[in-house]
Amino acid sequence: MAQTATQNQQTTGINVEFDVELRKVFKVFNGEIVVRGIDLSIRRGEFFSILGPSGCGKTTTLRLIAGFETPTAGDVLIRGQSMLNVPPYRRPANTVFQNYALFSHLTVWENVAFGLRIKKRGKAEVQERVKEALKLVKMEGFAKRFPAQLSGGQQQRVALARALVNRPTVVLLDEPLGALDLKLRKEMQVELSNLHQELGVTFVLVTHDQEEALSLSDRIAVMVDGKVEQMGSPSQIYDRPQTPFVADFIGDTNLFRGRIEGAHPTMLWVITDKGLKMKVQPANDTNGLPLTSGAVVVSVRPEKVNVGFSPPDGSLNCFEGRLKHVMYLGTHVHYVVQLLSGDQITVRQPNALNVPTGDTPVYLHWGADDCLALPE
Amino acid sequence: MSTKVPSESRPIAPTPQWLQALLLLVPAGVWLALLLVIPTLLIFELSLVPNIKPGDLVNPSGLGNYWRIFQSDVLNVIGRSLLFATGTTLLCLLMGFPVAYWIALLSPKRWRNLLLLAFVLPLWTSSLLRSYAWISILRPTGVLNTLLTSLGLPTLDLLNRSPAVFIGMTYSLLPYMVLILYASLEKLDRRFLEAAADLGATPPQAFWKVTVPQTLPGIAAGSLLVFITGLGDFINPELLGGTSSMTAARLIYNQFLGATQNWGFGSALSMVLILAVSLAIALLIKYGDKNASSL
Repeated sequence: MAQTATQNQQTTGINVEFDVELRKVFKVFNGEIVVRGIDLSIRRGEFFSILGPSGCGKTTTLRLIAGFETPTAGDVLIRGQSMLNVPPYRRPANTVFQNYALFSHLTVWENVAFGLRIKKRGKAEVQERVKEALKLVKMEGFAKRFPAQLSGGQQQRVALARALVNRPTVVLLDEPLGALDLKLRKEMQVELSNLHQELGVTFVLVTHDQEEALSLSDRIAVMVDGKVEQMGSPSQIYDRPQTPFVADFIGDTNLFRGRIEGAHPTMLWVITDKGLKMKVQPANDTNGLPLTSGAVVVSVRPEKVNVGFSPPDGSLNCFEGRLKHVMYLGTHVHYVVQLLSGDQITVRQPNALNVPTGDTPVYLHWGADDCLALPE
Repeated sequence: MSTKVPSESRPIAPTPQWLQALLLLVPAGVWLALLLVIPTLLIFELSLVPNIKPGDLVNPSGLGNYWRIFQSDVLNVIGRSLLFATGTTLLCLLMGFPVAYWIALLSPKRWRNLLLLAFVLPLWTSSLLRSYAWISILRPTGVLNTLLTSLGLPTLDLLNRSPAVFIGMTYSLLPYMVLILYASLEKLDRRFLEAAADLGATPPQAFWKVTVPQTLPGIAAGSLLVFITGLGDFINPELLGGTSSMTAARLIYNQFLGATQNWGFGSALSMVLILAVSLAIALLIKYGDKNASSL
């Protein structure tokens, strides 16, 4: 007895940190490998995003957690319990579906009450919890409406309430804001973030919108071709990408292929294929050590590049070019500059009074801290 | 010369709306008037003419043919018609739903059209032929009993009794039920089933709480179609049911072409059937509308 108790304590002690774990999960559909050996540990109460281009396997990964798909190999755990033989209807997870999947034959109230009624909760409890959930998403006034009588944003809220009312261990969100227009999407992002903070439930969000992932998540897993390319906090992903793909996919960037010419402990000299010499920060290689030699790709974020009409004094990475295009974006201005080397560089600067136009000669410069050498 | 406008680019005067409506509705309107409205009115007129044949009730009020319907022997016949139609509807629903469900949701996609075709195929044969086929299967020395005897089982006496009518009618009407239910189930959003499972519903719970309510319009339409067609079915009761399975349709036939010639009474009975069926369709339209507005 005592031994079992300590064992239990140990197991719960080990697993208490993580709500969802994926261990070497593979999924094969008709001979096509969609998920290739994913390892993920999602902490309790975390807002975790799986970010990637369409077809990268992110939705399949979410469906593996929900139980709509079974892994070809590997294991899925929720709160330390293997879910391999647990059907979706017995998993402590609730999903907010893409396009919501609200039952069209039921009212808003009945949709939200569905899960509680299935679990045969008492009438008073159902009434109270549904009311509470609708209040949480500010939809109390719409209880008697049918889904078809709601706008996209309102349906989104009902879908959230329908998942949250069951008090799941983890809430799975499959591109929940994808169908909304930009303004509404921004609003719902704020509300999702507030809800997450208020409830403290683990959220797993699948999205292809990097801005959404960056603004909402505690941690992000960037997926490509069924694998996790990089996992980390939004600032780690954005400021310290580990691969050219991540640098390119998360935000905009300018990439230069080149070779390391000289290495200092914290700085590298890189000569690009087109002959530009740059001083850059090294990213870590696969062993976690800074790069010191070999082929690299240098990433320079558009907003880190300064534009001037005369050569600045003492700037390290300074290149002459001609202004090709100016795109006025309201808060920002986009410049496309063709360097003398032939490279085209995108620059993003805050909107200023004197926006240069036309085919003007300009000087671009950026600090060594503002660019990163990534392993090729 | 240069100011001359080519005739092709001159705007064509739009056809007035009333003319559009007239042109679109006249062909079907004439058809319906000649072959439905006028004959129905003629039947109604006929139903008011008292029959003067000896032995029949003669009622100068003109409604005698209708009073005749409320006598117990005719009520029994109408009751039997309703029983055949209702029973057939239930049998078609019970057998048709699983089939339609399987074809629409579970079968491999590339087989679907073929499977549906296999179900519709009996519709392409003559209904008379189908009934004769059932006779040769069900008769005392038929295929079924030969099989049962060879297996050492007791024979079944089904022909010329109501079981044969149920079998024949269900066989004839099942394809319609399957087609209509398939159309309804095929439109079922599968994410609803996933959403139900996600919210804790076991597959049977999801079936009763999502699949059935979602396909209710199809269930209603299929049931009504089978019911109405079954109510008016003449061949199956006539050929498979024997003398004990008199139905309203057979009774009407007998009034016009059979032994008991009484056009007035046949017309009155027809009017009652037409009225009952119209009422059922009206209910369906109302029910269907209600369902559509909630979608």
